[in-house]
Amino acid sequence: MSLITSAIGQGLLWAVLGLGLFLTFRILDFPDMTVEGTFPLGAATAVALIYRGMNPLLATLCAFLVGMVAGLITGLLYTKGRIPILLAGILVMTAAYSVNLRIMGRANLSLLGKSSLFKNDFLASLPQYFDSVFVGLVVIIVVTLLLVFFLNTNLGQAFIATGDNPTMARSIGIKTDRMTIMGLMISNGMIAMGGALVAQNNGYADVNMGIGIIVIALASIIIGEVAFGDLSLTQRLVAVTLGSILYRFVLLIVLQLNFSANDLNLLSAIILAICLLLPRFRKFFHFDRLIERSVRDERNN
Amino acid sequence: MNATTNATANETVNADTATKTPLLELKDVSTVVNAHTANETKILNGLNLTVYPSDFITVLGSNGAGKSTLFNVIGGNLNADEGDVLLHGKSIKRESEEQRTRFLARVFQDPKLGTAPRMTVAENLLLASKRGQRRGLVPRGLRKHLDEYKAMASTMNNNLENRLNTATGSLSGGQRQALSFLMAVESKPELLLLDEHTAALDPKTSQQLMTATNDRIAADHLTCLMITHRLEDALKYGNRLIVLNAGKITFDVRGEEKKQLTREQLFNFFEDL
Repeated sequence: MSLITSAIGQGLLWAVLGLGLFLTFRILDFPDMTVEGTFPLGAATAVALIYRGMNPLLATLCAFLVGMVAGLITGLLYTKGRIPILLAGILVMTAAYSVNLRIMGRANLSLLGKSSLFKNDFLASLPQYFDSVFVGLVVIIVVTLLLVFFLNTNLGQAFIATGDNPTMARSIGIKTDRMTIMGLMISNGMIAMGGALVAQNNGYADVNMGIGIIVIALASIIIGEVAFGDLSLTQRLVAVTLGSILYRFVLLIVLQLNFSANDLNLLSAIILAICLLLPRFRKFFHFDRLIERSVRDERNN
Repeated sequence: MNATTNATANETVNADTATKTPLLELKDVSTVVNAHTANETKILNGLNLTVYPSDFITVLGSNGAGKSTLFNVIGGNLNADEGDVLLHGKSIKRESEEQRTRFLARVFQDPKLGTAPRMTVAENLLLASKRGQRRGLVPRGLRKHLDEYKAMASTMNNNLENRLNTATGSLSGGQRQALSFLMAVESKPELLLLDEHTAALDPKTSQQLMTATNDRIAADHLTCLMITHRLEDALKYGNRLIVLNAGKITFDVRGEEKKQLTREQLFNFFEDL
């Protein structure tokens, strides 16, 4: 039971990454490698600030802002500098590694004896692992509501159109470069915030904690899509969170088969590859239109 | 037929147009490709064009004559290397493509270019209704526009009004191009550029869209330049016809004189080029 609670809690906390990556991977339609750097960047920022006595909530917000700066740099390299997006992301990711070491002053920084978002009287009164479920749930609800609001504004629609057809977007006066930079900033801000949450939950930040992050974030998006089929945009955002939780369950099952935690990245990659390959087998299994999902909203609003 | 005499004749025939202030002027516009190399070529070569409000100009010209380049220079996708582009007498030469959308709308030949495939028909119409405007953090309010969009779509006579909540990617080519056209005209732009917008469609659908185009331009008194390869369309529609050759306007007729022009005359003119 406690294993399941723990998996749900982890799934909720990590879902922030899936939602962040959704903005670039599904809406802007490109893979942003920056996230491998911004995740530990957010973790390092928050942990270093809390370590020096800052309020955990404030430190988490700072992580968000620092992540936005990383996204801004990738965005500028890509749009104004015309560097291919994969390379722009890898550049910032690589640079972030050194920045993270600078921020923490060492490769690993513990929050032992320090406060965190997960340490207060109310959370302590909950049964084991329910603290991460509670915090994760609050964060995910707030983030999802804000995203749904944003995507249904005129600005959000211009953002979606930019990913869907940039030529058309420009021809109706949408500043596509600005939309792309904005998307990268919000996305990386969210992923840095995810890093801050996960680090506080783990009780430490590690400079290597970003490796394989993009695969985990992609897994929650793809698993959500494979599991829930054709959905409206709002439903798709919820599906990312459910996908993230499902992914934790799959990991839980796999780890029960006596794999070591060192095998985690291999397993994550295999799980994601299987999910990505599913549509190729749809003739056999009738998985119709599972991955070629759209940002289309079936309902009117 | 001589271009210069025609131009002079027009000034007298269309005295009313001459007194109007021009909407758009291109003055000695040249565009150079492969500048400073042995292959340096001018696509537009000292082109002059004055467009008056409510002009509906059909643009003819063989491949490579510079028709698309002309549209790109007006639309801001390409900057004129020499000369100037004026709107209401003010230079817009330095304005970006996005900035120019506040007065300009464009329909491309390829139906795929004009619409966002994963967004619905209604969402596309809503996006285009904000052409050239600021797009803020304000709820989009799609629902309150649905009746208006339904009425607008029904003027295209191709069942588009019943597919408002369909993703644009699953429309037929004709419906998709009709939507592109609606998106271009719904905010009543000061200048409409149609770049062979019916060329990718079958004859019947093409005819349907052309009729709807003409009706809409007449009803809203839109100023329009339309590139076409169909001599019939160039003759039948619009109040003015220009022919581009080697980056210059070599033929320019309007009003009565355009009405008198026959397909044979036009065809012979092309033969002589």
